[in-house]
Amino acid sequence: MTATPASTIQNAIQLDHVSRHYTLATTTIRAVDDVSLTIRTGEFVALLGSSGSGKSTLLNLMAGLDRPTSGAIRADGKNLAELSSLELARYRRNTIGMVFQSFNLLPRMTLAENVELPLRLAEVDHAERDARVAEALQRVRLDKRTRHRPSELSGGEQQRTAIARALVNRPKILFADEPTGNLDSATGETIMNLLLEIQSGLGMTIIMVTHERPLAEKYATRLAIMGDGKLLSDGTLSGAKQ
Amino acid sequence: MKLRDLTELAVRNLRESVLRNSLTTLGVAVGVASLVAMLSLGVGLQQLATSRLSKSGLFDTVFVTPKFNMRSGPQSQAGAAPDGEPRLLDETTRQELTKLPNVIEVFPQIRFPTEVRFDSKPYPTVVAGMPQSSRLSGSFDGMVGNFFSGESADEAILQIEFAKDLSKDTNSLIGKTLAIRYAERQPLADSSGGFSIIPKERQLKIIGIVETEPASGFGGFGNGRLLIPLGVAQSLRATQINDLRDAVRGGPAKPTYPSLTVRAKSTSDVDAIEAAVKKMGFGAFSLLDASKSLKIFFGVFDLILGLFASLALAVATLGIVNTLVMAILERRREIGVLKALGASDGDVKTLFFFEAGVMGFLGGIGGVLFGWLIGRGLNLATNIYLKRRDLPSIEVSSVPAWLVFVAITFAVVISLVAGFYPASRAAKLNPVEALRYE
Repeated sequence: MTATPASTIQNAIQLDHVSRHYTLATTTIRAVDDVSLTIRTGEFVALLGSSGSGKSTLLNLMAGLDRPTSGAIRADGKNLAELSSLELARYRRNTIGMVFQSFNLLPRMTLAENVELPLRLAEVDHAERDARVAEALQRVRLDKRTRHRPSELSGGEQQRTAIARALVNRPKILFADEPTGNLDSATGETIMNLLLEIQSGLGMTIIMVTHERPLAEKYATRLAIMGDGKLLSDGTLSGAKQ
Repeated sequence: MKLRDLTELAVRNLRESVLRNSLTTLGVAVGVASLVAMLSLGVGLQQLATSRLSKSGLFDTVFVTPKFNMRSGPQSQAGAAPDGEPRLLDETTRQELTKLPNVIEVFPQIRFPTEVRFDSKPYPTVVAGMPQSSRLSGSFDGMVGNFFSGESADEAILQIEFAKDLSKDTNSLIGKTLAIRYAERQPLADSSGGFSIIPKERQLKIIGIVETEPASGFGGFGNGRLLIPLGVAQSLRATQINDLRDAVRGGPAKPTYPSLTVRAKSTSDVDAIEAAVKKMGFGAFSLLDASKSLKIFFGVFDLILGLFASLALAVATLGIVNTLVMAILERRREIGVLKALGASDGDVKTLFFFEAGVMGFLGGIGGVLFGWLIGRGLNLATNIYLKRRDLPSIEVSSVPAWLVFVAITFAVVISLVAGFYPASRAAKLNPVEALRYE
């Protein structure tokens, strides 16, 4: 995979006064309220906050799965708020990778087929696919289980498969929404170590949503704390692991 | 997504809920089967009718008459000879007509009244001369006995009703001999155009019995209940109705024909031949227009059958809509995952379209197979029924290649139309909400 040189410090994603409001009957819910945040390439940022703090909504906005009510989100040289639905799909396909709390693997597909899915969507040639799937599965140390189905794997293995799927298209930014939420603490540690390895090895920007402060403090290089849709604090962690 | 990937994913998704999708596909197959069965019946009946009619020779035939009407004299001067007299149909004319492009043969229609003597009893009837080519007309299919051995053979084929007059056991007539008494026309020696009528008798061997009257109700063969070879009929020089007309008009000395039958190479040549005959100064008539009407009739018939059968297919499309809407509910999270991985709205829509199309395609193939089997069943049942009544077997149902192609295409198109709403709905799903769906 292509690693971003550590010396090239530039913005991976920049949020300018981003808000996301929902209207339910006569009530307006401010899920994300005037958040401005700049994340540099190669950073491992943890978005921390309690349930309903708006951290997942903010992640979805940055991942191009949702559109802000106001404000601008700049990533990959574009303002996501101004992109068409097709352009947003292309951004999700080529620029980012996503890892979810509940893994979201397709149960009827094997590991290899699940990992291959983004390559199908990106119309990568069949000849190239096998090598890239093998490379991604090797990185998460599941290259011996390619023909297994998700139901035959442990939670940790499923999450590793999901990480392989997120990496296979060689994204610039990896979004992880509570990646250890469904795992025991030991397995969670394994997953976090894997993410750290990817961040340091590939120079990839990782933005992780979590409500576990110790985990965030242990692995992230930067902590952004959300509360009631607002960014309450944002700071670099000196003790972050490398 | 590439076509191969779309197809693979669509088939994989369909295999996931195999029972439900199979039942939906079966619904499409039943709809297509009813369409194919109905249309194959229409096509089969049309083929049956047109092949019988074309074999009868009526549609590749032009009937030529002189432009002379017995009731009102010459119909126009267009066909008049240089001396002002309308042209008559004689051997010279026959040869001229034979030379027209795309003409296979020209033969006179010879028909005259006679008295048949059989077992010393008289039986008045009408004799008709049949050309050897009439053997292929279809009228002699299933006949008892044989067709004429040659143009000049003293043989006779009896129409079944006439045969019944001769004997209750009609089959026993084969091989027996009968005599026909007729009035021979002998021109007078004074070249006045007049002629003598001499009673004559000719012995003929009965060689066959035919169910139908060949080309009955039209032309010279109509009402001919005793059929003899055309060569024999010509050699008898029996007096015909035009002989009286010629005598009254004072000539000519050489015999003329009341009408001639011109056979074209194919029905497409009939119009040109008819025009050429008229240009030569004769009356010409063909039944091609009747054939065109027949095609229109069967076209409308097929349309009505197709519309009724399409109702079953319409019901099947509702099944596709239902199945795909259910699939959206069940696969909502999967749609969310696909979108999160970079699938566009168009990709999701195309995937659901493909699934609908695959169901339509498989249903179409199954339906054509079922429809063909129903057609085979109809043919079998019809032929069992006909066989019990000693009638020749027929094909009432036919599935031509175009029907297979149209049925499958129709099934796919209808399925795609049915898939439009579910596919659009799936494409519009909000990925965040879809990912949250449990």
